[in-house]
Amino acid sequence: MTTVAALHDADALGETCLQLSGISKRFGNLHVLDDVALSVRHGERRGIIGPNGAGKTTLFNVIAGELAPTSGKVYLYGRDITRLPPHSRAKLGLARTFQTTTLLPGLTVVENLVLSLQALTPTRFQCFVPRTRYRGFREEALRLLGQVQLEHCADWLVRALGHGEQRQVEILMALAQRPKLLLLDEPTAGLSAADAVLVTDMLRAYRRDVAMVLIEHDLSVVFNVVERITVLHYGRVVAEETVESIHDNPVVQEIYLGGTL
Amino acid sequence: MSRPWRNAIVIGILLVLAIAVPRLGLPAFYVSLLTQTWIYGILAMSLDLLVGFTGLVSFMQAAFFGIGAYVVAIGATRYHFVDFWPTLLAAILIAGLVAAAFGALALRSEDEGFIIITLALNEIIWGLAYQWVSMSGGDNGITGFLRVNVGPFHTTDNSGFYYLSLAALIVCLTLLVLMVRSPFGLVLVGARERPRRMAALGYNVWLFRYLALIIAGMFAAVAGVLFAYYNEFVGPGSLSLDTTVQVLIMVILGGTGTLIGPLLGAGILVFLSNALSDITQRWVLILGAVYVVTVMYAPDGIVGLVNRLMAKARSRRELSLAAGAAVGGAFHSGEGPK
Repeated sequence: MTTVAALHDADALGETCLQLSGISKRFGNLHVLDDVALSVRHGERRGIIGPNGAGKTTLFNVIAGELAPTSGKVYLYGRDITRLPPHSRAKLGLARTFQTTTLLPGLTVVENLVLSLQALTPTRFQCFVPRTRYRGFREEALRLLGQVQLEHCADWLVRALGHGEQRQVEILMALAQRPKLLLLDEPTAGLSAADAVLVTDMLRAYRRDVAMVLIEHDLSVVFNVVERITVLHYGRVVAEETVESIHDNPVVQEIYLGGTL
Repeated sequence: MSRPWRNAIVIGILLVLAIAVPRLGLPAFYVSLLTQTWIYGILAMSLDLLVGFTGLVSFMQAAFFGIGAYVVAIGATRYHFVDFWPTLLAAILIAGLVAAAFGALALRSEDEGFIIITLALNEIIWGLAYQWVSMSGGDNGITGFLRVNVGPFHTTDNSGFYYLSLAALIVCLTLLVLMVRSPFGLVLVGARERPRRMAALGYNVWLFRYLALIIAGMFAAVAGVLFAYYNEFVGPGSLSLDTTVQVLIMVILGGTGTLIGPLLGAGILVFLSNALSDITQRWVLILGAVYVVTVMYAPDGIVGLVNRLMAKARSRRELSLAAGAAVGGAFHSGEGPK
């Protein structure tokens, strides 16, 4: 009885933010995702781990709308978004970062952030008023940069930044829109240890009103940022555990951690 | 001197020069070449909005130029539609509608596919002009309509038409500069750089490209209207693949994504082709060599080359200043920490 009550409490605590049901994705005969179900609560921090080729990035692309699933449904706060294109999902509060940092390299850092800030406002269609008139966007962008001590590079071209800083800017761009769900595809991949700490700290420190789902190879990042971990293996969900109990899961030890943890 | 001031002074001097040209006693020939430059300049800038800012290499810009020209000719000769402003408005509107239809087709594909489809669509309009003889006069084109006076511009004399074209150029350039500096313009550049990122931010990349195609088509029609009045003749050559390629070369020669570069490119092409054709029949060959050299040594066009040289000179000056001051630390190289 107590367990049932506890489950009810958990439901009451958090509205479901993201829900996947029966998501499958086939490329020809290749089953990349096979009947994946996933439920992420409002404000939750979720890690998705799994060996290479487990289908993690494909799953992200299905959630973000870049790939249509072969079958199954994607819900955001109860709304079926399975058929919506990526830009419509962004309007509903879904933001993401890419596996390889994807910014607008020929624009300045501030311009990148301004593009994010104006994306969901009618200002984006304003074509006869100079951008300099919209001081609010610039000030907000500078404020965001200040949070990660990057104001001094506000007017640098993005490509002049280091890898770690670019990754921080990408995450800032995603967060600037105050999304309800942030998808992070290997946020520390390719970063030096010091840069990885910068990024992890930034994620940890962020307000709790945004749910984050992150794919990561570096387990220390996962353990630092998330509460629950979903393990994907050959396109199937094989385990879902809290960070504390994941070490003891025999399936996880077997397939992913190689028994070393 | 601060940069905006310096720019304002340069623009002022150029404007005074441009206005003075017909009164400097130059041969009428040069005035007419400059008139052509202003007209082709509008067309080249409209294409630059697509190629340089939005990242769409469209091969159908001549179609909208031609539509503008044929609206003037067909309107005047078949429908007694001769007033300037209604004609201009009709040309812009029709070009916009055709651009809306063509854009919907062309934007179903990207990159090479987009190039091929726009090329094919341009050929459709050319085919219409060439073969619908009862309407377009076919290969013979249309004559028998005259320039009309527009407000203060007495277009029947060449200097009057020069001023009309210059005014049109200034209006179009101003509008386009405003556009690329607006929030909308930033979206176009973003869509050029990383469409995936823009979609993830919530931008309907397709819609912005579509709007850019329509807007560019409308500007091209303005150039086409002027071109028809200037020649008092319209033929299928104005919307042929030849014209499309020529305009594309103006844009690349001058420097994509700069607006002023394509205007410069238009001037170079107009003057060079006239000067060279005086000297030799094989002038196209020499023009070809100029393109090859440009692409090899100034891939960002003339404006890009000038910018690069100026940046080099500036950094050399800063380096010597820094060496003179012999103080380290505060020197920003522009490279972030690795």
